[in-house]
Amino acid sequence: MHLKYESFVREPLVDGEKTYHQVTEDIVRPIEQKPGRMWYVGFFFSVALLLFGVFSVVWEVYWGIGVWGINRTVGWGWDITNFVWWVGIGHAGTLISAILLLFRQGWRTGVNRAAEAMTIFAVMCAGQFPIFHMGRVWDGFFVLPYPNTRGPLWPNFNSALLWDVFAISTYFTVSLLFWYSGLIPDFATVRDRAKTKFRKMMYGVASFGWTGSAKNWQRHEALSLVLAGLSTPLVLSVHTIVSFDFATSVIPGWHTTIFPPYFVAGAIFSGFAMVQTLLIVCRRIMGLEDYITVGHIEAMNKVIVLTGSIVGVAYLTELFMAWYSQVIYEQAAFHWRIMGPYWWSYWAMMTCNVVSPQLFWFKKLRRNIPFTFIMSIVVNIGMWFERFVIIVTSLYRDYLPASWTYYSPTWPEVGFYLGTFGLFFTCFFLFAKYFPVIAIAEIKFVLKTSGESYKKKMAVIDDKDTGEFAREQAEAHHH
Amino acid sequence: MAIKKFAVACFDDEEVLFPAVKKVRNSGYKLHDVYTPFPVHGLDQALGHKETDLHVAGFIYGLTGTATALGFMGWIFSYDWPMVFGGKPHFSLPAFIPIVFELTVLFAAVGMVLTFCYLNQIMPGVKKHLFHPRQTDDLFVMAIELNEHVTEMEVIDFLKSTGAVETNVQVAETEWWYGRWDREEEYQKA
Repeated sequence: MHLKYESFVREPLVDGEKTYHQVTEDIVRPIEQKPGRMWYVGFFFSVALLLFGVFSVVWEVYWGIGVWGINRTVGWGWDITNFVWWVGIGHAGTLISAILLLFRQGWRTGVNRAAEAMTIFAVMCAGQFPIFHMGRVWDGFFVLPYPNTRGPLWPNFNSALLWDVFAISTYFTVSLLFWYSGLIPDFATVRDRAKTKFRKMMYGVASFGWTGSAKNWQRHEALSLVLAGLSTPLVLSVHTIVSFDFATSVIPGWHTTIFPPYFVAGAIFSGFAMVQTLLIVCRRIMGLEDYITVGHIEAMNKVIVLTGSIVGVAYLTELFMAWYSQVIYEQAAFHWRIMGPYWWSYWAMMTCNVVSPQLFWFKKLRRNIPFTFIMSIVVNIGMWFERFVIIVTSLYRDYLPASWTYYSPTWPEVGFYLGTFGLFFTCFFLFAKYFPVIAIAEIKFVLKTSGESYKKKMAVIDDKDTGEFAREQAEAHHH
Repeated sequence: MAIKKFAVACFDDEEVLFPAVKKVRNSGYKLHDVYTPFPVHGLDQALGHKETDLHVAGFIYGLTGTATALGFMGWIFSYDWPMVFGGKPHFSLPAFIPIVFELTVLFAAVGMVLTFCYLNQIMPGVKKHLFHPRQTDDLFVMAIELNEHVTEMEVIDFLKSTGAVETNVQVAETEWWYGRWDREEEYQKA
């Protein structure tokens, strides 16, 4: 039935001799078991971090933005750095689920569910920063264009900051819909094998009453494809618009046309690193090594070395343009970036993002799991510094030397950032316990062409002479 | 609500399912539906289903979003409260494009998902008859409607001959109803 023939050069996407039922067993098992001790430790640690974050934010809202380290010269500090960092991390999930679907990359099936979950949680974290950066957060709804008693007075639709409001909220909504529409059939799988009454009821609600009818699957396929088609330009637009927050201003170091592609590449780079961090731990603890194979990890490392190099080229292009433009303010911005009091952040960024990912040119290192894990953290540190460098080191030495300053965060800023880690990991731990972390139906769909056992069956055909095979097929189809 | 009688056949491999679907359709029995644990490509054609128009609906929703965003921003900035930003025209199209794009995507995605749920009749709280608990796991389940023209035995024997691993006869509700999945089929009492 499967006319698709996959070359033996490609390694199997699913290891081990699996049947459809075995796939269900393997992926649903963590949901049906009691979580291990590690899960409880991790979960309660995350909740504690989250509570500390809530405390930091309450402190800031009560006393006002003045409790943060930002000042008149450096108006954007850790808050916007963290916003851009978290949004960027989200991009890998959409890239895996949407762009790789359009490119027919079969390996995405093993990692897309967890990566999309990561996207949603990362965008939730990101959204907190601009909201609380508003200061009078209770007036936050002023950004929405609703008929009001002040005229009505509308927001400025020409502002990049307002574009961000629309971009981030659309991105969150569409990612959530895409993710959940994929989850519906898998929730039905969990529901139909549930032993406890409570689980049957809850997954019954979550699965929307899905039965797997052929017509429903046909619509499901159509929906997934169109949502992927919509998400692809959407994900590119989101970080483009985030970069417009900077590029449409007239600050030296921000006012550059290279920002949109440079930001998108950086977003994918950091996002894949975060996917690696999460999945290397998940596959180990949940025993999913057969589904998230070393091949998957290698494929993602290839994306990391590609996007890391694009980011490196962008950094060098910025330097070249600063020199070539002969604009003294642009040159000064880069001079103070590299050699000013914040030199360490620039060089941390360069080392983590440009130099160290180049090690992934070696196949041995790409397939080395501990090395990949360390690199994934290095890359995320580097990408955090990139946003810090772009934001703070473009601002701290502005046109007026009298207003030059140095910026350090205070504890509520650091606490807010730690709190978003708490939010992210609390959500991720709950996801890992209650959701199928791998798309069950999608794995079953690729099992017959890319599973190890089916590849072995194909070996018999592969050994045959081409002419002989063609003759046999022609005869078989005559009957 | 319609309660009907079905002959049910379970297959454990889609490569057996396809010829079976073909035989059932040639035999003239009334094929109610086929349930699979994952999307089986080509099954919709084998069953004679038309291609879905869901993507056309998505396109229309998208256009609605485009028109809404352009119309709303255009009306505000050139009629309701005209303002000059940086000496640019009131209707400054290039600056509107990001929001126009976002609303196009938002309307298309939300509209399509709602349409998808409506067409498939799925929603939290919806319950439907499940012919086999493993139809979302590893079985491909085919239901044939029994009527006065056929006998149970005849259809079951026929289904067995097509390679079904399990066959039975069930009386089932064909539509959805509100219900909880941890309870038995409440509709029979109603």
